[in-house]
Amino acid sequence: MIVGAIGLIYGFLSAPSSIEDVKEIIASHEAHGEGHAEAEQATHHVEGTHADESHAPVKEAHGEAAHGDEDAHAEHLLHQLQNKPWAATYVAAFFFFMIALGALAFYAIQYAAQAGWSPVLFRVMEAVTAYLLPGSIIMFILLALSGFHINHLFIWMDPEVVANDELIQGKSSYLNVPFFLIRAAIYIAGWNIFRYFLRKNSLKHDEVDHNRFYKKSFKLSAGFLVFFIVTESMMSWDWIMSLDPHWFSTLFGWYVFSSMFVSAITVIALVTMYLKSKGYLEYVNDSHIHDLAKFMFGISIFWTYLWFSQFMLIWYSNIPEEVTYFITRIEDYNLPFFGMVALNFIFPVLMLMNSDYKRINWFVVMTGIVILFGHYLDIYNMVMPATVGKSWFIGVPEISAILFFGGLFMFIVFNALTKAPLLAKRNPFIKESQHFHY
Amino acid sequence: MSSKVIHAIYTDDDLLMQAVKQTREANYHIEEVYTPFPVHGLDKAMGLAPTRLAITSFLYGLVGLSVAISMMNFIMIQDWPQDIGGKPSFSFLENLPAFVPIMFELTVFFAAHLMVITFYMRSKLWPFKQAENPDVRTTDDHFLMEVSVGKHNVKDMSKFLSDTGALEVNLINK
Repeated sequence: MIVGAIGLIYGFLSAPSSIEDVKEIIASHEAHGEGHAEAEQATHHVEGTHADESHAPVKEAHGEAAHGDEDAHAEHLLHQLQNKPWAATYVAAFFFFMIALGALAFYAIQYAAQAGWSPVLFRVMEAVTAYLLPGSIIMFILLALSGFHINHLFIWMDPEVVANDELIQGKSSYLNVPFFLIRAAIYIAGWNIFRYFLRKNSLKHDEVDHNRFYKKSFKLSAGFLVFFIVTESMMSWDWIMSLDPHWFSTLFGWYVFSSMFVSAITVIALVTMYLKSKGYLEYVNDSHIHDLAKFMFGISIFWTYLWFSQFMLIWYSNIPEEVTYFITRIEDYNLPFFGMVALNFIFPVLMLMNSDYKRINWFVVMTGIVILFGHYLDIYNMVMPATVGKSWFIGVPEISAILFFGGLFMFIVFNALTKAPLLAKRNPFIKESQHFHY
Repeated sequence: MSSKVIHAIYTDDDLLMQAVKQTREANYHIEEVYTPFPVHGLDKAMGLAPTRLAITSFLYGLVGLSVAISMMNFIMIQDWPQDIGGKPSFSFLENLPAFVPIMFELTVFFAAHLMVITFYMRSKLWPFKQAENPDVRTTDDHFLMEVSVGKHNVKDMSKFLSDTGALEVNLINK
């Protein structure tokens, strides 16, 4: 029976995975586009130096009159533009990686809370977390490349910058490349070990006739959540907040977490509805979708709460080293900055407020897509101002990076779905979950 | 006109749910059910129309939001602009972040309080009101289903209700 289920799932999954392959090909095709973009920037650079030589009035990008030294400015702009494809890759890689990590946290919460409604969705959640390993390895490679000065996303990694910057010097016992990479390796190894054992226990549990694996998973999940909330916070400081090494926010870890969590739940809901619409997951009913949509609604509001808490305190106190963070975002990133608040807060609130709408699949799907787009923009807003400054644009590198990592993500997730039966049939709560109704 | 009702008393909520379903299937009219605690899904089983309280709550929230906006605009901007923390308040939009917590609080305040008041009015509750509860045991551990007799045969009905698992079946002249 299990073999039958696997075969069945495999049969249907070969279709979407091939579509994903196509997508990936397009994406990798456009990854060439990235190369082109870099070439373009080179020409851009030539133009920039040209402008310097002729002492012509600075181009529109140079609008800031305060910049006396045009040469330095052109170099600055060049660095920003060289950063752009890297930053685009970084944003997309982080976005999909955090979905997998958030899904793992959600999954662990279900275990630790001994939730009765969700076990029918466990295999979907496990599959979404399957991207954790490749995603985190990609992240680590990107960070290591930064560490070895292949790209310049993190300015504190640049010894010249540090030499002239007392504030970064003061932080250099924490912000230095070896320690940074060691920390990253610890987080990544930790998460993946927990993920590996949780998945293994869940699969083994179906084969045996006792609950020892379930109990192990329960303890593992509790341990993971403790490990996760510490490492997730530190990860968000390291990987995102340190892009602006002068700026700090004490609730940044929570803020990234809420973004991660809502995206992950949205992806779980979307994958569930997709599988359901294809006729798999026979035990998933409207009430499960309703509950996932409630989470999407609630965590969206939670995200807004944190966003606003961070924003309002900094806005009100108006302390120079803090407020610059928002000044750049409001002045240079006005549309994505406020657009993202609308997408991530107003849209889900109005769409998912009504209890009945949470049960209408296409409604949830539509809202989910908007939420995912909004949270991509959120990450974009966290990373881009520090790395490319004013020269932002969502163009070929950004979209192709999303397509590439999105394709890889879907391929791995759906591939993982084929590896196990879609029902964790011996979970102690599976009966309750199957009959779950609200 | 005296209307006769039958009070059927149950001791278990699952039993009650089942009895409610059976009674409705047998085309008897349930007047009311009294329970010591909210029974999940009872409203659906009784065929009550879905509550519209959520809609009123949303509207009250909008009222609260507009009250907050106009209040803050009048107090802080029009009537008495002050310079707070280097942020002179001459424009509503520029001072908006400071007003958001108040807007949020008043939205919640209006939605919650007006919703509770609406609920009291709709269920005809007010201070010092005499309880309509027909049997005090329904405040402890018994469940009571009130079925109107109408033109049905009382004997058949009581037999039917006893068969649904009722502990007691009483005929009451209202």
